[in-house]
Amino acid sequence: MKKFFKRFSEKLVEGALFLSSSVTTFVVLLIVIFLFKEGLGVINEKTVEEGFVIAVNKNNRVNTISTEQIKNIFDQNITNWESLGGENDSIILFRIDDISNYYSDEQLGDTLQNIPYCISQLIDSIPEIIAFIPEKYTSKEFKGRVINSDIVTVSDFIGGKEWFPTAQPSAQFGILPLILGTLWVSLGAILIALPLGLATAIYLSEIASPKMRNVIKPLVELLSGIPSVVYGFFGLIVIVPMIQNVFGLPVGETGLAGSIVLGIMALPTIITISEDALRTTPREMKEASLALGANRWQTVLKVTIPYSASGITAAAILGIGRAIGETMAVLMVTGNAAVIPGGLLEPVRTIPATIAAELGETAHGGLHYKALFALGCILFIMTMVINLIVEYISSKRKTKVQ
Amino acid sequence: MKRINLVTLIAIIATVTVAFTTGDTNIKIKGSDTVLPLSQKFAEVYMKKNPGSKITVVGGGSGVGFASFLDGTTDIAMASRKVKMSEKMKLQDAGKSYKEVIIAYDALSVIVNPKNKVSQLTREQLEGIFTGKITNWKDVGGADQKIIAYCRESSSGTYEFFKEHVMNNKNYGSTLLNMPATGAIVQSVSQTDGAIGYIGIAYLEKSVKDIKVSYDKGKTYVEATVANAKAKTYPITRPLYYYYLAKDENKIKPFITFILSNEGQKLAGDLGYVPLK
Repeated sequence: MKKFFKRFSEKLVEGALFLSSSVTTFVVLLIVIFLFKEGLGVINEKTVEEGFVIAVNKNNRVNTISTEQIKNIFDQNITNWESLGGENDSIILFRIDDISNYYSDEQLGDTLQNIPYCISQLIDSIPEIIAFIPEKYTSKEFKGRVINSDIVTVSDFIGGKEWFPTAQPSAQFGILPLILGTLWVSLGAILIALPLGLATAIYLSEIASPKMRNVIKPLVELLSGIPSVVYGFFGLIVIVPMIQNVFGLPVGETGLAGSIVLGIMALPTIITISEDALRTTPREMKEASLALGANRWQTVLKVTIPYSASGITAAAILGIGRAIGETMAVLMVTGNAAVIPGGLLEPVRTIPATIAAELGETAHGGLHYKALFALGCILFIMTMVINLIVEYISSKRKTKVQ
Repeated sequence: MKRINLVTLIAIIATVTVAFTTGDTNIKIKGSDTVLPLSQKFAEVYMKKNPGSKITVVGGGSGVGFASFLDGTTDIAMASRKVKMSEKMKLQDAGKSYKEVIIAYDALSVIVNPKNKVSQLTREQLEGIFTGKITNWKDVGGADQKIIAYCRESSSGTYEFFKEHVMNNKNYGSTLLNMPATGAIVQSVSQTDGAIGYIGIAYLEKSVKDIKVSYDKGKTYVEATVANAKAKTYPITRPLYYYYLAKDENKIKPFITFILSNEGQKLAGDLGYVPLK
């Protein structure tokens, strides 16, 4: 009976362990599927706001207007039809709210039932007009001509240089500035964190007395416990003005500020993992080196570091992974201007910061919403590639040790 | 042991029953972060005056408020902008008729670094600066210095309002710096010499300088103060709205009446918003 009970409880524990691991896997898969399902929806969507169309007079010769041209027309940077291939006439803009400039309330009717007719009349009577109107007003007896909207293609999305997700009437979703911004900031972070982290790791594993190590190690680990928004706040108030003064810049919110903050945040990861790697160097190898007459520094440089190179690489890459995905601290210090950065001393906008800042306002299921999910997919792919590289490098290390 | 459980169970059932029977005055409010502090104050004072009523206030942005309003997960959508045409059409499609109420006004003040010599700007100049066409302070009467313009993130109602009322619906320039919060804008403007930004008047501090604004091409410049906003002479003033379903009128009306009363409007004034009267 006792034996049976023991076996039963063993099976129970086994079952529970299996269940929790399969649930975890399932949830992870579900999240990934959800991410890609929402994100891929952005491709082939129309760029004009949902439920709206761009219409012109039926005698207008212009047949296609690109998303960028639409934006420039409504920002009044393009003011003549000639530059679009039409007649030499000034463009007259019309938004639905402008209708009260042309018709009185009586003409529109008590329940606004005459709006479709009025709009149709208006577009018919003004040859230079370009109108941004709800699609449902264009159904029957519409005398204007609807311009076909551009769609979002993969190359526009990934290679586009303009990120104007809320531009009316036609949004632009070019994520190249965001991808480059993310890469710049992460690269800067690793350039700052790697030498510093590696030096600390070497000191901790090779030089520090156990007493010193017991002081420094917990302090380093404390760094990873500080909430990221606190790092952001610290960055905005201390690092941003510092960068501004040191480099004499007009503005301190730059990629470099983000890199420094992220560098500090990546330090614990880099120090812990590379210290572990350094410690795996067999004692015999170190002693052999010392016996051959090499001093301690030469031993570290020629024996310990080469032996643990793969571990240090893994530490660096995991540090980058931490930097790429970080949101809040970066959002507060990089300035978030969506332009292609020319260097680390300019404001940049990263992918996670964009998602965090913009998702709050997007309409559920709308184009902007899908575009942000697609950004999430890109970020997921970036970090997955990084993890695969780490896996590859650490598996190489194992075979080498064997 | 069992008896204690039973007692707890009864207590829970009783609480739930009470919560449901007084459910008539259970109101959920969701939306704009600009209106959030004001709604919280209204709710706090109203609940103290009417024990048994329960008002929950959640922020998230004007758009979030309308999205939840459409789903029916909130009774009142609070917004720092008018309902958009697209949102209006969705509400119409869902067969929901709603009421709109202006609960107070908010004035936006344009701020620069205290070291900046410029103290007044026209609407056209502001439009040029925020669309990225004017890039140097010397073009608007200041020193030869690059203009660093800060704006809020697109999830903020303030962003939309500024675009509509100051920039004539033109899009923001791509070189503008986006900040996640009003506090961050104040901080950045106070430490960057060539900076310009905009914030709700309630957030105005000594570390930044506010700019007089002209909407008549430079004839008269008006300072951003609550008094000027109340007198309607300060142009960058926006109404703050509550939206609720017409069928909920009976449930919500007492709360709205309280807000529009002298007492409610005094609360708005105390918090730095512009009262209706």
